[in-house]
Amino acid sequence: MELTDIIKEENLVLKKSKLLTDNVMHYCPGCTHGVVHKLIAEVIEELNIQDQTIGVSPVGCSVFAYNYIDIDWAEAAHGRAPAVATAISRLHPEKYVFTYQGDGDLASIGCAEIMHACNRGENIVVVFINNAIYGMTGGQMAPTTLLGQVTSTTPYGRDAKLNGFPMKITELLAQLDGTCYVTRQSADTPAAVRKTKNALKKAFQNTRRQKGVSFVEVVGTCNSGWKMSPVDANKWMREHMFEKYPLGDIKDI
Amino acid sequence: MAKFRGAVVVDTEHCKGCSLCVVACPTKVLDLHPNVNGKGYHYAYMKNPEACIGCASCGLVCPDSVITVYKKNVE
Ligand SMILES: Cc1ncc(C[n+]2csc(CCOP(=O)(O)OP(=O)(O)O)c2C)c(N)n1
Ligand code: SF4
Ligand code: SF4
Ligand code: SF4
Ligand SMILES: [Mg+2]
Repeated sequence: MELTDIIKEENLVLKKSKLLTDNVMHYCPGCTHGVVHKLIAEVIEELNIQDQTIGVSPVGCSVFAYNYIDIDWAEAAHGRAPAVATAISRLHPEKYVFTYQGDGDLASIGCAEIMHACNRGENIVVVFINNAIYGMTGGQMAPTTLLGQVTSTTPYGRDAKLNGFPMKITELLAQLDGTCYVTRQSADTPAAVRKTKNALKKAFQNTRRQKGVSFVEVVGTCNSGWKMSPVDANKWMREHMFEKYPLGDIKDI
Repeated sequence: MAKFRGAVVVDTEHCKGCSLCVVACPTKVLDLHPNVNGKGYHYAYMKNPEACIGCASCGLVCPDSVITVYKKNVE
């Protein structure tokens, strides 16, 4: 059989989502942000809510997320995406509103905003990319950086005495009555990608139930900041990150 | 004989050569090409096209959505 017999429209099983623009993502090769952007685009396309969805992008490597998914967006100051999303969802309760935030954005400078948005039970979706580092600014320690992990600001590894402990912010947020769905996923294998997509779909669908914040953490890699190849970064993530940040649903009501 | 034959088309100019598809493929179809694209990246290609079963694993993990997957029942 020739390849031309297989490469035909009727045999198509996977192609780029229509909601992804033609802009080439500025992310480093192999960056988890690209995989999660793709899944968000696919979920919005499948739910047919392109005209009703408003994203709020963060400061961090994903600051330009609005260039890649063809929906309405607002861009928030560092860490303030949950506050901006609060205003949007209260003014437009019929819309699907989500934030997309890194671990520096969400767990460090924006710690107060996410806590209170979750405590108020805002009707929003939060997508949290935990790559245990500040990717954009050159690989500094984040609240989520593991003990012993080398970053540009912890050159001898994170030391609890000096730098405190890795923050499991997702577990903290699950304790708040304003969250209805809290889950931690990854995007490193085909099976994990499928699970993350299902979690994102469920989170967006929850918007109509009006039960509060749906929070999807994706444990990811920053191969540039970690100074590894993309393949090695995924391996390191599985070997080290999953122990501190175990995958699975934490809350589902 | 395999029940399904598959094939993938890589948008080579937009591939960043990260290799995540190469390691995700269960039948070792893919590899990075010795040549580079306009951006200087070794792009992914079907080194062993006969082994492709159209499972789409490669496309699922690709961060840049540059893989299109086809699958045909050959029974
Ligand atoms: C008010 C303010 N403080 C600091 C910065 C610098 N800054 C930009 S991005 C960033 C951290 C980003 O890390 P993260 O949220 O984990 O995103 P990643 O790049 O890892 O995806 C910092 C500290 C800024 N832009 N604005
Ligand atoms: S610096 Fe890290 S988080 Fe930023 S694009 Fe590169 S790999 Fe991704
Ligand atoms: S479709 Fe499956 S078998 Fe074919 S190249 Fe991709 S991962 Fe390999
Ligand atoms: S996963 Fe995508 S970007 Fe990475 S090498 Fe494969 S085709 Fe290229
Ligand atoms: Mg980060």
